[in-house]
Amino acid sequence: MERTLRRFPALQAWLLLLPATAWLVIFFVAPLVIVLIYAFLERGTYGGVIWIFTVENFQRVFDPLYLDTFLRSVYIAIITTFFCLLIGFPLAFYIATRPQRKRNALLLALMIPFWTNFLIRTYAWLTLLRTNTGLINVSLMSLGLINKPLPLFGNDFAIILGLVYGWLPDMVLPLYAALERLDWSLIEAAGDLYASAPKVFLRIIWPLALPGVVAGSMLVFIPSLGAFVTPAILGAGKSLMIGNVISNQFLAAHDWPFGAALSTLMMALMLFGTLVYFRSTSQKGAIL
Amino acid sequence: MTTSAGQSKSVGETQPLDAVSAPAMLPESSASRRAHWLARIASFSLSGYGFLGYLFLYLPILILVFFSFNASRSTAQWAGFSTEWYVEMVNDDQIILSLWNSLFLAVVSTAIATVLGTLAAMAMERYFFTGKLMMDALLYLPIIIPDIAMAIMLLIFFNISGIGFEPWKVHFFGVELAVPYSVIIGHVAFNISFVAVVVRARLSQMDRTLEEAAHDLYADNWQTFRRVTLPMLMPGIIGGALLAFTLSLDDFVITFFTSGAGFNTLPVRVFAMIKKGVTPKINAVSTVMLAASLLLVIISLFMRRGGEETSIDIGI
Repeated sequence: MERTLRRFPALQAWLLLLPATAWLVIFFVAPLVIVLIYAFLERGTYGGVIWIFTVENFQRVFDPLYLDTFLRSVYIAIITTFFCLLIGFPLAFYIATRPQRKRNALLLALMIPFWTNFLIRTYAWLTLLRTNTGLINVSLMSLGLINKPLPLFGNDFAIILGLVYGWLPDMVLPLYAALERLDWSLIEAAGDLYASAPKVFLRIIWPLALPGVVAGSMLVFIPSLGAFVTPAILGAGKSLMIGNVISNQFLAAHDWPFGAALSTLMMALMLFGTLVYFRSTSQKGAIL
Repeated sequence: MTTSAGQSKSVGETQPLDAVSAPAMLPESSASRRAHWLARIASFSLSGYGFLGYLFLYLPILILVFFSFNASRSTAQWAGFSTEWYVEMVNDDQIILSLWNSLFLAVVSTAIATVLGTLAAMAMERYFFTGKLMMDALLYLPIIIPDIAMAIMLLIFFNISGIGFEPWKVHFFGVELAVPYSVIIGHVAFNISFVAVVVRARLSQMDRTLEEAAHDLYADNWQTFRRVTLPMLMPGIIGGALLAFTLSLDDFVITFFTSGAGFNTLPVRVFAMIKKGVTPKINAVSTVMLAASLLLVIISLFMRRGGEETSIDIGI
């Protein structure tokens, strides 16, 4: 037995992989395949499916009602990614340019929100943004700065703010990893050659930070597109995203095939994004 | 870049932002003096920006903690210090039960995922075999798939596979729990990948000469693994386990959809409470959960002392 194993290293490898692979094939791949199949079946009366092939579920996605939500989710995910990048880039640059000791402290300070429960961080914004009893509106009203509450809650603004807040550390960490490896002598050389600051940024810093930008954007875009908790809490049931529509198909509408079709499309979009990511950066180990 | 990673890193460490303002050394010409001051201003506003960035990250959390000690029901108007919400929290049987459920779930799923993930990581990092690329994809997919997609996948699967939402009835530190197998299975399914990623990162940075030395000294495979590889790998395994533990404790979406009816973990319970209405009691529960994650970060930091990995690989 042992001799056979030693002669075939691939066999050893597969033996090590067997438990994890078995688990993932049964409890990840099989459910995935079932969803893909269900997306093409007709709905049963009380949940479940009838085994008749149809593409009607995908046609329904183009019903303005759902198409709107789908497009708005993509739009919210893009805006969220943009703002995370806008806020995260200078922040990562700031951390990367501190002396070693301070840098470690700043990184730790970034890890803490990163490890903190997402639900709790979303709830924190709920207590700040709520229309009549949120801290911001209550404070502004009692200071007499406004006389009716600002519309901070139950809309896309609240959702985007919550998502930016929630996923900002995911953007900053890969950006930092890229900027930390930056060769500062290049910037020095550019300065010696009288390059202006914007030029230094565009020609040196940005291209070298690009793998981090792409990685961070993926890490923000994918969970933002699939957001469920944030719109459920900060959207207050008025402003929905695709994740909520999918969950409604299972919890309320009992239309499994349509829910399966929606999540199939969502995963297709996600897969597309990931392919773009792996195309544009050869350093796939950079983030993970 | 022609310089090696090590070299460029040491340059970055010794010469932070001020290195950009190289003309500062020659203050004679007015142009270079202007450049010097511009760099100073840029550096100053960057520091201000950094401060604001961290303020943005921490202020909501700090306010949340602050109002958990509020004497009134409001989470926006301060009415004096009180710990009544913590007392109420401790006396709420449902919260305590959901806390035990969370802990049990995290312990069990972490244990399974750590073993499976570590074995998979060793295979992926140390061997070449056909199908490796496919295994790579299979291991990355649970990380990148949105959790709502994974949750409903599992929901359908458990519904039709006959596994259902049968609970595992168990005594855990004297508390009677009923944790659905489906939830444990789901948590392991997403945790395997995270453990594998962290352990692989550690393996790829490990010095292999020690293992070769052990072989040269006639240690067999098992002895080498037990006495050399495993101890060196330990920080990675613990790092992976801590990440899995945290992710399991924090997970809401997958638990919510795979638990059937009537099973609460702490996040699921908090979500239900938020839906019913905001009270400082939720702030109190949140503060406790916050303290727990703080503790986990500190432990993970402590464990990594020996290792030389970048800070990224435990986080993502």
